[in-house]
Amino acid sequence: MARIFAFIVHRNGIADDSAAELLAAARKLNPAQRCTAIVTGCGSGLDRVCDSLRATYPEIWRIAREPLEHPNAELVRKALVDVIPEGSLVLAPHSHFGMDLSPGLAVKLNAAYVPDVVDIEGADGMWLNAVRQEFGGQVSVHVRCDLSTGAVLNIRPGAFRPSEGGAADGQVLDKSAEVGTLPDGRRYVETIAAEIGDVDITKEPVLVSVGRGIGEQGNLAVAEDLAEAMGAAVSCSRPVVDAKWLDKSRQVGSSGHSVRPRVYLACGISGSFQHLAGIQGNPFLVAVNKNPKAPIFRVADVGIIDDLLEFLPQLANRVRQETCAPGRGKRP
Amino acid sequence: MPDTSENEIQVSPDGTDIERDDLVYSVNEPDNYAVEEALQIVSRTGGEVTVATVGGEDDEEVLRREMAMGASRAVLITDPAFCGSDGRGIAAILKAFVATGRYDLILTGVQADDGCAQVGGMLAAMLDYPFASLVTSVEVLEGRKLKIAREIEGGGKEINTIDLPCVLSIQTGINEPRYVGMRGIRQAASVPIPRADASTLAVDVSLAGKAAAKTRRLDYFVPPAGKGAEILEGNREEKVEKLLDLLKAKGGLN
Repeated sequence: MARIFAFIVHRNGIADDSAAELLAAARKLNPAQRCTAIVTGCGSGLDRVCDSLRATYPEIWRIAREPLEHPNAELVRKALVDVIPEGSLVLAPHSHFGMDLSPGLAVKLNAAYVPDVVDIEGADGMWLNAVRQEFGGQVSVHVRCDLSTGAVLNIRPGAFRPSEGGAADGQVLDKSAEVGTLPDGRRYVETIAAEIGDVDITKEPVLVSVGRGIGEQGNLAVAEDLAEAMGAAVSCSRPVVDAKWLDKSRQVGSSGHSVRPRVYLACGISGSFQHLAGIQGNPFLVAVNKNPKAPIFRVADVGIIDDLLEFLPQLANRVRQETCAPGRGKRP
Repeated sequence: MPDTSENEIQVSPDGTDIERDDLVYSVNEPDNYAVEEALQIVSRTGGEVTVATVGGEDDEEVLRREMAMGASRAVLITDPAFCGSDGRGIAAILKAFVATGRYDLILTGVQADDGCAQVGGMLAAMLDYPFASLVTSVEVLEGRKLKIAREIEGGGKEINTIDLPCVLSIQTGINEPRYVGMRGIRQAASVPIPRADASTLAVDVSLAGKAAAKTRRLDYFVPPAGKGAEILEGNREEKVEKLLDLLKAKGGLN
């Protein structure tokens, strides 16, 4: 079988969690084949990452070039195409960077591309059976992929549990000299950190979180009222921010904030993996949704199949009776 | 494509597809943001917007909707030879289409409901154009350049400059897509939508269609339940009482 490579995302000298997950995916692809890590960057941060990977990867390819210091998939793609042998299998995380990198990488390597892989059900020399999800996780699908000219597989973050491996005592090989001219059609300027809004949802112990199921902006009052009764804050999933109903600072998910509440009440949230990725620390997770097939019910502790516009106000009333709090807006 | 927010997606009994009867179809949501962004850019800088899709006769309605939003021209790219194309096949077809005009900027939606997010990046690689994905703002600079923001993990953004011509995949939320009223739909209803096929576009058919596909779906199935939620039973009052007790026990009432 072809060589397997894992592209390592890193920051501040530390490899991303995906580094261990890609290794687990590679083992599932072919336990007998060793997997080579590829790391691009420059300076001491790159060296620290390469050194840390020696514990788990038997071989690490290091590509050091000054323009690779900043995240720019255009440059990384060219560097990978210059060093990766024809017919190889390349694993990358299906993250914001991996989505930028991999479709074009597959084209340039003349390889098949399978994005957002959640499981691997087996591979022989020429074919791979992978599992993906469609329609926001409502259905799963088996995808058969032709490996005869290689493949690029983007692996969903969190889908493969890192396996305990023996000490690898990996060797670091410097491949920088094999990389030719890097393109300059897209230039990194700066990274702007997320803004913290009026409420810092990352510090709230109880969140009432709303999704597309809230229907319209005016209905947000229902969630805000319940949150007030519970002494909680209101957060949301992506569609609510896209519609400009709530500020980006209230968004939970991989492209919003990661939160660690005690209790998370997901109202009208279908439960895409991007949203679930932002719910950390294993809170008591309650889902209210009128669609019994919503993926959120697969991961929630407790589910309520009901119309949230009817259910939430009744819950708010009972919470107020229970906590003896006066009416809306007058709570001390 | 089926509108996920309006449909419960079910796997068909034999697993070869999802149940497509009675589904509410609409334009892919990220594509709607991409069309709006294109219209806003030309309203600032001049130029015109062409919309194109690879599909079947039914997709003409989607193109008419984009015309009603303000696109100058629409092309339906359709050919039996394109059936069964994977993402790379679609990109190869679009590459041939791009070669028929002089386009400064090519926008795609970030992804379709299959979550693949692949066609834009593949198209850029085939054209040897610069590419950026998950774009959340576009500013036109002097000297055939754009300043763009890309969404990244944690709610932040990455600022890049990028040379034209280029391909950008547009993330949802970048703008507020305009409302298309019945009047606009009616006006666009009689506009002829030209067709383009494999021969008019000179598509290399060894790159598109079922035979060229390096990936294909074998079957759909219902995802494993995981641990699965305990579904609270009873009437609404009973469910409220049960949940109230649980919230008290779990520290949900501050």
